[in-house]
Amino acid sequence: MNTGEDGLNKPAVRGFSSVQTVVSQTSPPKKSFLYDPKVRGIFYQVLLVAIVSYLFYVAATNAIENLQRAKIASGFGFLENTAGFDISQSLIQFSAAGSTYGDAFIVGLLNTLIVSAIGIFFTTILGFLIGIARLSKNWMVAKVAMVYVEVLRNVPLLVQLLFWYIAVLGSLPHPRDSINMGAGFYLNARGLFMPSPVYASDIWAIPAALLIGLIGTFLYRRWAKAKQEKTGEQSPVGLVTLGLVLGLPILTWVVLAIVGANPISFELPRKGTFNLTGGMQILPEFVALLLGLTTYTAAFIAEVVRAGILAVSKGQTEAAGSLGLKPGQILRLVVIPQAMRVIVPPLTSQYLNLTKNSSLAVAIGYPDLVQVFMGTVLNQTGQAIEVIVITMGVYLTISLVTSAVMNIYNRRVAIVER
Amino acid sequence: MSTAVDMPRFVRAQQVEALPPPSLTRGPIAWVRENLFSGPFNTVLTLVVFYLLYVSVPPLVKFLFIDAVWSGTDRAVCRADMGGSESGACWAFIRDKINYFTYGSYTVSERWRVNIFFALLAIGVVWLLWLKAPRRDLGAVYFFWLFPIASYILLTGGNATFSGRFWLGFLIFGALVIAFFAFVAAILKVSLRPALIIGGGIVGVVGVTLALVDMDFGLAHVPTSLWGGILVTLLVATVGIVFSLPFGIVLALGRRSKLPIVRMASVIFIEFVRGVPLITVLIMANTMLPLFLPGDITVDRLLRPLIGTALFASAYMAEVVRGGLQAMPKGQYEGAMSLGLNYPQMMILIILPQALRIVIPGIVNTFIGLFKDTSLVAIVGIFDLVKTIEASRIDPNWAAPSIGLTGYAFAALFYFIFCFGMSRYSLGVERRLASGQKR
Repeated sequence: MNTGEDGLNKPAVRGFSSVQTVVSQTSPPKKSFLYDPKVRGIFYQVLLVAIVSYLFYVAATNAIENLQRAKIASGFGFLENTAGFDISQSLIQFSAAGSTYGDAFIVGLLNTLIVSAIGIFFTTILGFLIGIARLSKNWMVAKVAMVYVEVLRNVPLLVQLLFWYIAVLGSLPHPRDSINMGAGFYLNARGLFMPSPVYASDIWAIPAALLIGLIGTFLYRRWAKAKQEKTGEQSPVGLVTLGLVLGLPILTWVVLAIVGANPISFELPRKGTFNLTGGMQILPEFVALLLGLTTYTAAFIAEVVRAGILAVSKGQTEAAGSLGLKPGQILRLVVIPQAMRVIVPPLTSQYLNLTKNSSLAVAIGYPDLVQVFMGTVLNQTGQAIEVIVITMGVYLTISLVTSAVMNIYNRRVAIVER
Repeated sequence: MSTAVDMPRFVRAQQVEALPPPSLTRGPIAWVRENLFSGPFNTVLTLVVFYLLYVSVPPLVKFLFIDAVWSGTDRAVCRADMGGSESGACWAFIRDKINYFTYGSYTVSERWRVNIFFALLAIGVVWLLWLKAPRRDLGAVYFFWLFPIASYILLTGGNATFSGRFWLGFLIFGALVIAFFAFVAAILKVSLRPALIIGGGIVGVVGVTLALVDMDFGLAHVPTSLWGGILVTLLVATVGIVFSLPFGIVLALGRRSKLPIVRMASVIFIEFVRGVPLITVLIMANTMLPLFLPGDITVDRLLRPLIGTALFASAYMAEVVRGGLQAMPKGQYEGAMSLGLNYPQMMILIILPQALRIVIPGIVNTFIGLFKDTSLVAIVGIFDLVKTIEASRIDPNWAAPSIGLTGYAFAALFYFIFCFGMSRYSLGVERRLASGQKR
């Protein structure tokens, strides 16, 4: 018994003493606060801040010195100076003599935005088509879609753009032999010429009609939803939306035209001896850039769409079928909403990629933000820092705003688990 | 018995007429019917696709092969007005210029050095990417240390001729570094040996690197302005991967760090770089780098876009690596910590080997993107493959209508072979890893 008690006591005593020694070890000064992860963390961070600020300091002092030596002005005052160069495509009034560098910036930005917006529109359609085609049961269609994706994804966009540019330009005739496509459309090596709209004073009626249509759609959808929740009856929402949003403005236009107050007339391009004048001109650079961006991004979107559809498990389709839904309803109500949850985030990043890739316009001379601002304006003013900060700021803003919107969307559609 | 006679009234006395034979379920005809013409919609689809192929493929084949001009010494063979054929690709142009497309204007008598560089690169890539290769750890040392030094010496000629003062400075600096490590060890009251080994190792590696770069191997100096073509394309891509992988890992660890400032700095860098197009980064490197350095230091014109692409690629690499780190189960971290490993040990011995392994496909995909993006250095005036083609296109000796398309077809083929190869590799690895998970 004695030994047993000893045996019971000993470890306790030993444990107690070991606790004591641990306490005495952790107390200062032996292996002191330098082993505290908090202290170390602060030390590392202070070190990082010190190194980064030193680098910034050196860079800034060097930059100031170099700029002074090269006699380059600094500050954003140059945006008010006269530009003195022309831009081949501008959505706003722009002339070499009367416009400033600030105007040039806006022209470039608008050109970037318009090619991106149109590109996103077409690439979505093409990408979804090809993505669905890759899943087709039709062997031929699936294989052709696969070859399309593999070829387009594995060749640099720059090479594709240069290829399109040569292909587009090379197939177009000299301005003197313009192809008359009828209805005021002409095609030659300087681009596609088409009638430009001239707005009369009554033009306000059409946007007003569109606005009324949008409000009407919104109200109708609310009413239809409430009715369905109450009675289970469904209303033709799609048709009514189409009618209100598209039909109402068109109807307004037609009525106004019949009354004799046509709000939109067209100015046709006139064929001169050497070139076409008047009308609207679409640059071949724009067409080449649009073709390149659209086909290239569509290959990536196709993969996104394919992955999204495959991500919806087969059980979902079967369960929907056993509930008695028709195939069209299964696709519309069960598969697509769930696939969209997977598709939308990478789809947005493809849209951003397209916007960022539109900067490759500089290679074929389409006047986008980079070509106009980082190219011509930078070379003329030499104010590298300001120009680069502004340009990068624009792209960064677009990216960050898009990803912020995306995060909100993700939070809304995320599956709520338990 | 009588019941037996009565019952079989419903038994049919005559043979039923045979059903028609089932339509074929196997064989080529059945396959075609099943996969191409299974319904009216599918039939229309198939016919439309056939029409599209009929419209696009024969002209392409005709242009690339049938009507192509395969040999010749100048534009005459590819111009109709000079007796040649201009309806097909002018491969004679590529054959004539292939050396320029490969080496740029690299001194002709020294081009064997570039060939050795290609061979060394191939060895390194195979060693690292072939999962069953022996001693892949040595492969990493080779690819990330020995190979860059060897390439630098081979391509530039080495012989940097550092002054005696430089070496004296380096010796003092090295001694200071070792002393610093010893000092830290003394404060922390840990044994001196590992500190000396680490400090000495760092100084030694840097010293050996510098000594090799300084050494005169008797190779003639070739300025970077002469480099061009595939050499530069592969060089930009290689520098991108050699730099972006380690730097990307550091950034990814920084982004997952518990220290707020470290995390913020990593997030800002990564999101900033990923938010802007590469071309703006390249223009920035081109115009702003010289501004930020003291006036008497000039940065080599080839080095600027190299820095730009490397920084750009590392931000994307960081996100890939972060994916791998997040995919690691928490038990791995906790297990490592409970073994008493500190942070570097835990990362180097436990987490990174596993995390990097599962993101090999992602790394390869990033690398494919990087490889395609190297073509952008052409825009800031570096003579990579695309730029050499652009330059040859306007060569009056080869002024013919089909030259441009031929040149770009060649570039497209070059990039396609590399990128497609890499994407197949990454698919293979993905399948292998997936099969490992299934078991």
